Amino acid sequence: MSTMIAISGLTKTYEGGFEALKPVHLDIREGEIFALLGPNGAGKTTLISIVCGLVNASGGRVTVGGHDIVRDYRQARALIGLVPQELTTEAFESVWNAVSFSRGLFGKPADPARIERILRDLSLWDKRDNRIMTLSGGMKRRLLIAKALSHEPRVLFLDEPTAGVDVELRRDMWQLVRGLQADGVTVILTTHYIEEAEEMADRIGVISRGEIILVEDKATLMHKLGRKQLSVHLQEPLAAVPATLGAWALERSDDGQTLTYTYDAERHERGIGDLLNALSAAGIAYKDVNTTQSSLEDIFVSLVREKA
Amino acid sequence: MNLYAIRAIYRFEMARAWRTLTQSIISPVISTSLYFVVFGAAIGSRIPEVEGVSYGSFIVPGLMMLSLLTQSLSNASFGIYFPRFTGTIYEVLSAPVSYLEIVVSYVGAAATKSLILGVIILATAALFVPIRIEHPLWMVMFLVLTAVTFSLLGFIIGIWADGFEKLQLVPLLVVTPLAFLGGTFYSIKMLPPLWQTVTLFNPVVYLVSGFRWSFYGISDVSPTISLGMTVLFLLTCIAIVAWIFRTGYRLKP
Ligand SMILES: Nc1ncnc2c1ncn2[C@@H]1O[C@H](COP(=O)(O)OP(=O)(O)O)[C@@H](O)[C@H]1O
Ligand SMILES: [Mg+2]
Repeated sequence: MSTMIAISGLTKTYEGGFEALKPVHLDIREGEIFALLGPNGAGKTTLISIVCGLVNASGGRVTVGGHDIVRDYRQARALIGLVPQELTTEAFESVWNAVSFSRGLFGKPADPARIERILRDLSLWDKRDNRIMTLSGGMKRRLLIAKALSHEPRVLFLDEPTAGVDVELRRDMWQLVRGLQADGVTVILTTHYIEEAEEMADRIGVISRGEIILVEDKATLMHKLGRKQLSVHLQEPLAAVPATLGAWALERSDDGQTLTYTYDAERHERGIGDLLNALSAAGIAYKDVNTTQSSLEDIFVSLVREKA
Repeated sequence: MNLYAIRAIYRFEMARAWRTLTQSIISPVISTSLYFVVFGAAIGSRIPEVEGVSYGSFIVPGLMMLSLLTQSLSNASFGIYFPRFTGTIYEVLSAPVSYLEIVVSYVGAAATKSLILGVIILATAALFVPIRIEHPLWMVMFLVLTAVTFSLLGFIIGIWADGFEKLQLVPLLVVTPLAFLGGTFYSIKMLPPLWQTVTLFNPVVYLVSGFRWSFYGISDVSPTISLGMTVLFLLTCIAIVAWIFRTGYRLKP
C-alpha cells in the first residue's frame, strides 16, 4: 500500500514557548482508517491543523499524496477534507449554499447532483434551505461533514468526530466512513476514547504530550492494551497465595485482603469462573469481586514508562 | 488561479450584503440625504459659491468620498473579522487558495459594495443639486482606487482587530476625523495658511481634492499629486497585506 501522508520530523512550538509537538514521524497509508488516540492536550488537533494548513509548523516536513504542504499547498490541500473539532459554522447561510460554497472554495465546478447525494447521505436534504443557525448541534456536525466531503477529497480528517454526538449520528458517521473507505478515501480520526479507535480504525497511533508513542495495527494494540483486572476482596486476610492457585499468577495486596488477577480481555486463557471455583475449593471465602479495565490514562502512563 | 474559489468567496460576501440590505445600502443613503438637508439646504444657502460652484454641488464629491471611505472600511474589516471571530475562517485557510486570491475576493467584494453605494449616493445627490462631471474617466478611476485602497485598509484592520471594539476604533478615531478634516465640506483654501499646510499631511485631502476636480475642474492640490498619493497609499496597504500573509500574522498560530 502506498503512503498517502508522510510526516517527518514535524515539530511545533507555540508562541510563548509551549512545545506542542516533539519531532513527529508518521506515515499514513492510502485507503486506511487511522485513529490518532491520545488524551486532551496531546497535540492531536495541532498535528491535523499543520497538515491542513491552519497552523504553521516550527520544523519538519509533511507531504500529502506526494505534495509538500508548504511548497505545493494547492495540490496537497485539494486532496484534503477537514471536519474540525469545534462546531464552527456560519449562521445565516442556507445549508445548500454553505456546502456549495465549500466545493467552490476547493476549486471544483458546481455539481448540484453530487451535493444532493451528500446531503441525502447525511440526512440533511430536508434541511437544505434552512438557515444554519436553526440546526441542532448534531445537524451542524453533519453539515461540517458535508462541507468537508463536497469537493471529493482523497483524505478526510475527522477531529474528535463523536464528541457530544448522539448514537444515531455516530452510527451514520461510521457507516459513511466505511463507505468512504470502500471508495479508497484515507480517513484519519482523532479521539480520546479507546473504544472508538477500536471500533473504527485499521491502525492506531497513540500520541501523548506531543509524541507519537507507538503506531500499531489495531489487533496488535488491542491485545497489548486490553488488560482487565479482577479483584477479589477476601473475608479473612491471607498470608500467602495457595499453590493450587498458582496458574492464575494472583497478586496479593500487602494487607492480604485482596487478590488481583490480571487477564487479557480478548482471550482469557484461564476463566474467571474457574478461578472463583478454585478459590472456593481452597476454602477461601470472599465478600466481593469487581473487575476494572485499565483506563486510557493508565495505559499512557505504562506506555510512557515502557518507553523511558 | 483558483477562479472557483474567488467566485465562491465573492458571491458569499455579496450575499451577506444582500441579507443586510438595510444596513449596507439604505442607511448610508438616508444619512447622505440628511447631510444635504442640513449642509446643502439649511447652511449651504448662507454660504456663497465656492470657486464658481454652488455649495450644495460642491460638497457632493466629498460626501461620496466620506461614505466610500467609511463603508469600504467597515465592509472589508467586518467581512474578514467575522469569520475569524466565529472560527469559520478555518475553511478558507485550509483551502487550496493563494493569499492573493483571498485578498482579491474579500477586498473585491467590499470594494464592489462601496462602489454601488457611491453610485447610489451620486444618484441621490442629483435629486437635490445640479451635478456635472467634467472628467468622467478620472472620476471612475478615483472612485475605484479609493474603494479598493480603503477596502484593503479595512481588511488589514479586520485581521489586526482582536475584539469588536478595536474593529470600531480605527474608523471612529482615525478615519472619520481625517475624512471630516480632509476638505469634505470645505475647500482647504478657506483655512488659515498654517492649517492649510497641516492639512496636507491628511491623505484624505488628496482623495477628496482629486475626486472633486474630476467633477468640477477645481481642486486644492493638483490632480496628478492626488493620484500619486492615492496610489502610494494603495501600495502601502498592499505591502502590509503581503506581510500579513507571509507571516501568518493573526491568522495562523
Ligand atoms: N494557539 C495555541 N497557542 C498556544 N498553545 C496552544 C495553542 N493551541 C493549542 N495549544 C496547546 O497545545 C497543546 C496541544 O493542543 P491540541 O493540539 O489542541 O491537543 P488535542 O487536540 O490533542 O487535545 C495543548 O496543551 C494546548 O493548550
Ligand atoms: Mg483536539
